[in-house]
Amino acid sequence: MKELRDREVIHSLLKTIAQKTAALPTLPIRLMEVCGTHTMSIHRHGLRPLLLEAGVEMLSGPGCPVCITPDAYHEAAIKLVSSTPNIILATFGDMTRVPTRLGSLQTVVPASGSEVKIVYSPAESVTLAKANPEKEVIFFGVGFETTIPGIALAVRQAWQEKITNYSLLSALWVIPPPLRAIVASRDVNLDGFLYPGHVSAIIGVKPYQFLAEEYGLPGAVTGFEPADILLAIAAILDLIQKGQPAVLNEYRRVVRPEGNPLALKIMAEMLEEKDAFWRGLGYIPRSGLQLKEKYQHLDAEKKFSLKIAPEETHFAGCRCGDVLKGKILPPECPLFGRTCQPDSPRGPCMVSFEGACLAFYKYGYTGEKISFS
Amino acid sequence: MCLGIPAKVIELAGHNRGKADYLGTKIQVDFSLLENVNLNDWVIVHAGFAIAKLNEEEAAETFELLREYARFLETLPSEKEKK
Ligand code: SF4
Repeated sequence: MKELRDREVIHSLLKTIAQKTAALPTLPIRLMEVCGTHTMSIHRHGLRPLLLEAGVEMLSGPGCPVCITPDAYHEAAIKLVSSTPNIILATFGDMTRVPTRLGSLQTVVPASGSEVKIVYSPAESVTLAKANPEKEVIFFGVGFETTIPGIALAVRQAWQEKITNYSLLSALWVIPPPLRAIVASRDVNLDGFLYPGHVSAIIGVKPYQFLAEEYGLPGAVTGFEPADILLAIAAILDLIQKGQPAVLNEYRRVVRPEGNPLALKIMAEMLEEKDAFWRGLGYIPRSGLQLKEKYQHLDAEKKFSLKIAPEETHFAGCRCGDVLKGKILPPECPLFGRTCQPDSPRGPCMVSFEGACLAFYKYGYTGEKISFS
Repeated sequence: MCLGIPAKVIELAGHNRGKADYLGTKIQVDFSLLENVNLNDWVIVHAGFAIAKLNEEEAAETFELLREYARFLETLPSEKEKK
């Protein structure tokens, strides 16, 4: 697959993009990359400045689940671990480092017999519950549609095997509703979207159709290699030029138009929609998922009577919320690179491997660039 | 978080479990979200679950398109000639 990073290929794609933008009246063309993995790839390969030269400005969107999860969820998890004896709170690594008013899951002092465990797969959390029958295992599960089917399968396994010391603290988010919220808010001017590759592997391409039909915005689903991203941008520019908003699938090697039917089925079986609060974007109708009533006994919020009342927090002046809706670029945050750095993050956008602040900090404009001498 | 890695299926055990090879490393994979997985298939693995199969024909088409782009570059005047 080396073609996907080949210098010559990248160079010619950038040239093609520059030719296409040259024919358009207003530049730069502003595209939002919805997915944090796209953000990382764009920065790692130094594409942002090269694209700017070619007339395209990339804006990061709300595509990092760790980043958009409001502090209230982290604080509820921190309180739970510090006040309840004999529990194991299992979660993904990034989640343990998000700073809040109560510290983080990494710095929390657990109650006696309790601990925080990092897992790589949701399935491991069920294994933990089986191996520790004397403890309550709470899986703090965060994710978009890419991750949600695996989380749903883990909970279903616990339900099928009647595991009673297991529950899910769910921070599950679905991608299309915040895109509507961003466009409808008119806070940012956008000409189109790069849609996430692996969320789309699950949901397919249809859920983005409304952005083309109702808002006249073109977009393309694409993969994560530099050439994938540039091919998709070239295709979007064609749509802009022709005045034909549509949703293209430029990641056909992975994404089927209908998505992954088995994954969608398990999600529908276990979960239902709810209105949910996103950092930076506030309440968005039907943008979150929770366990269905039938599985309530596996819902940690109910099992431990947790009160999660999300609000917009600007912990220590962090502007992650504005970064997530594309309103500011990370370097515009006064803390960026000063008091907020990867080893002392002030907000989730600097913590997560997919956070825009981390991407800017790590690769910045001085990062490893593809040079053409 | 939505990082998915392309890996080749090298072992299929019962209960939809198995192993895949990612750049020479063997990883445990749960195949419950896919139908008809066979040995040597390429899949995208995310958080321990295979979430999609790689369509090799489509992959080949993309690569062919990219090779065309590389050739297209050769037809452009070089930077030096322009100056
Ligand atoms: S640089 Fe740090 S403090 Fe500023 S928005 Fe990003 S994560 Fe928050």
